[in-house]
Amino acid sequence: MTDNILEVRHLSTHFFTRAGHVKAADDVSFDIKTGSTLALVGESGSGKSVTSLSIMRLVRPPGKIVAGEILFGGRDLMDLDDQRMRRLRGSEIAMIFQDPMTSLNPVYTVGDQIAEAIELHERLPRKQSWTRAVEMMKRVKIPDAERRASDYPHQLSGGMRQRVMIAMALSCKPSLLIADEPTTALDVTIQAEILELLRSLRDDFNLSMLLITHDLGVVAETADRVAVMYAGRIVEEAPVHDLFHNPRHPYSEGLLRSVPRLTKEGLKLRRLETIAGTVPSLLHLPAGCKFAPRCDYVIDECTAHEPELLEAGAGHRARCIRSDRIGDESAKRKI
Amino acid sequence: MTDNNHTLIEVRNLTKHFPVGAGIFGVGDEVIRAVDGVSLTIRQGETFGLVGESGCGKSTTGRCILRLIEPTSGEVFYRGDDLLAASSNELRRLRRDMQIIFQDPYSSLNPRMTVGQIVEEPLTIHRTADKRERRARVDELLGLVGLEPEHSGRYPHEFSGGQRQRIGIARALALNPKFIVCDEPVSALDVSVQAQVVNLLQDLQERLGLTYLFISHGLSVVEHISTRVGIMYLGKLVEVASSSEIFHNPLHPYTRALLSAIPVPDPDYRRERVSLPGDVPTAIAPPSGCRFRTRCPIAEPECALEEPQLVEVAAGHLVACRLVASDDQTE
Repeated sequence: MTDNILEVRHLSTHFFTRAGHVKAADDVSFDIKTGSTLALVGESGSGKSVTSLSIMRLVRPPGKIVAGEILFGGRDLMDLDDQRMRRLRGSEIAMIFQDPMTSLNPVYTVGDQIAEAIELHERLPRKQSWTRAVEMMKRVKIPDAERRASDYPHQLSGGMRQRVMIAMALSCKPSLLIADEPTTALDVTIQAEILELLRSLRDDFNLSMLLITHDLGVVAETADRVAVMYAGRIVEEAPVHDLFHNPRHPYSEGLLRSVPRLTKEGLKLRRLETIAGTVPSLLHLPAGCKFAPRCDYVIDECTAHEPELLEAGAGHRARCIRSDRIGDESAKRKI
Repeated sequence: MTDNNHTLIEVRNLTKHFPVGAGIFGVGDEVIRAVDGVSLTIRQGETFGLVGESGCGKSTTGRCILRLIEPTSGEVFYRGDDLLAASSNELRRLRRDMQIIFQDPYSSLNPRMTVGQIVEEPLTIHRTADKRERRARVDELLGLVGLEPEHSGRYPHEFSGGQRQRIGIARALALNPKFIVCDEPVSALDVSVQAQVVNLLQDLQERLGLTYLFISHGLSVVEHISTRVGIMYLGKLVEVASSSEIFHNPLHPYTRALLSAIPVPDPDYRRERVSLPGDVPTAIAPPSGCRFRTRCPIAEPECALEEPQLVEVAAGHLVACRLVASDDQTE
């Protein structure tokens, strides 16, 4: 019995579109230790959402998982038929999405929606499912839960709806929660409450979590390990402290530098650091390292072939042949 | 950054109430008090950051200042000219000086117009310059925002979010405005792109002597770009001060809670978080007295009695809280 709740091995999910063959997620591998939180970080088009949908096997044509293994509790999810996968979704692996308004059914009460998951997976009679649903709503700190269970989604605020989503996701006591940008659409004070809630529930339920986000502040507060994605690939993977204090990939370093942060008094920066250029179109990826065109550390070898994920420290890997020089100003190319 | 202390924009007691649908029998007279008595001044060359969470009224305030939405009451002055009393001809003339950049780079550009047509449109409407001059100006504007002349023949959908935002900025600059309302200009963009657009806005401000009203819920970006900041809650300003004062010496309990909630991109950072229970109350029937009292960690019964006014408790630092104001007086 491994102590990894999830092991993703060489996952590739490609989209076969009229415009071309898009490698939305390519050769993605990572592990999540039981009880810990891995943050999957990246900007638009990085492949992080596609990766999470692939784990849940929710990818629809023209997308297709073309390679890889998804080992959940030792079982390869790619081997499961649809029926068994459906039993797993919602009960052992649960997912919450970014926009709670579009993931909740507007014509059913929130209590009914939570109870439905319980009814389906645990085969409890209606009355008991409803009681459990209300209990879960209390667990996620929805005030006046008995009454609010009869409300419809539009009668609740964004923060409350997200709590309902979390209640639904946790109602069948999953071992893994996949949270795709769970707080992006929320105001910052509500975001803080939701993150606090996820942290406390994680402890109570011994929950493992895959957190997908572009917000590095959220990552710092919530994650144990971080995997950074760029153009469909993982470019760096490390424990959270190591990533923030010692990034070994130029993209991670650039990302960390371009986040505006509240400055120490008197040290206000004149300009924000940026990463030159833009994310490449997945239809026209450069040869060799995908980040090379925007990289300050680029050398000729970089465009020759795509680097592997190389060891860069304890539990730390980076997809860069110069990972040991990141942070060294003299290693940057002269403009 | 600027040594010109002239007031460019003065807002006095601005209110905007939106009617809630009339009742079945035509009786409904409830209103959403979206902006409920906002006063502020913006000096030439500065960036005034307007911050608050959803529903606080910041976007509505920005639009009322430009008269994109007609205010319910109050006054807005641009260089001493009364905007709300202006005739439609006068307003059209004044509007050359006052522009807006929108949040959503996807819905703010007409998908059926080319980039060139979009950027040229203000010039065409205001009939400045002939066709040849307009084309030259479009090329110039695209260059100013880091795009190429050949982009003018393409359509918005061919560009990324950050590039579309640049197109929106180019359009806003077309008539050489003095004042630009930036309504959440970077919120919809990826982090690294946000930095590029923020830098661009700052560069343009320096080069062209622009004044900004920067509306955002992204506190770190606001701190970076703003000279002064106003914090809004449920239709009212609760604190106004210089950017560094607001972020390093916040006085209003809501400001403190807001700042403590920002996730810091540093796993070692430990901070005291001020929890705000419950949700923001409805803007239809805000709490009596101080609107924030229902969620305030230091609220007292007296807070329900009278609405606190913005009071200067330190040089240039205004707070609307009876407890903070009285603390100051006892010192």
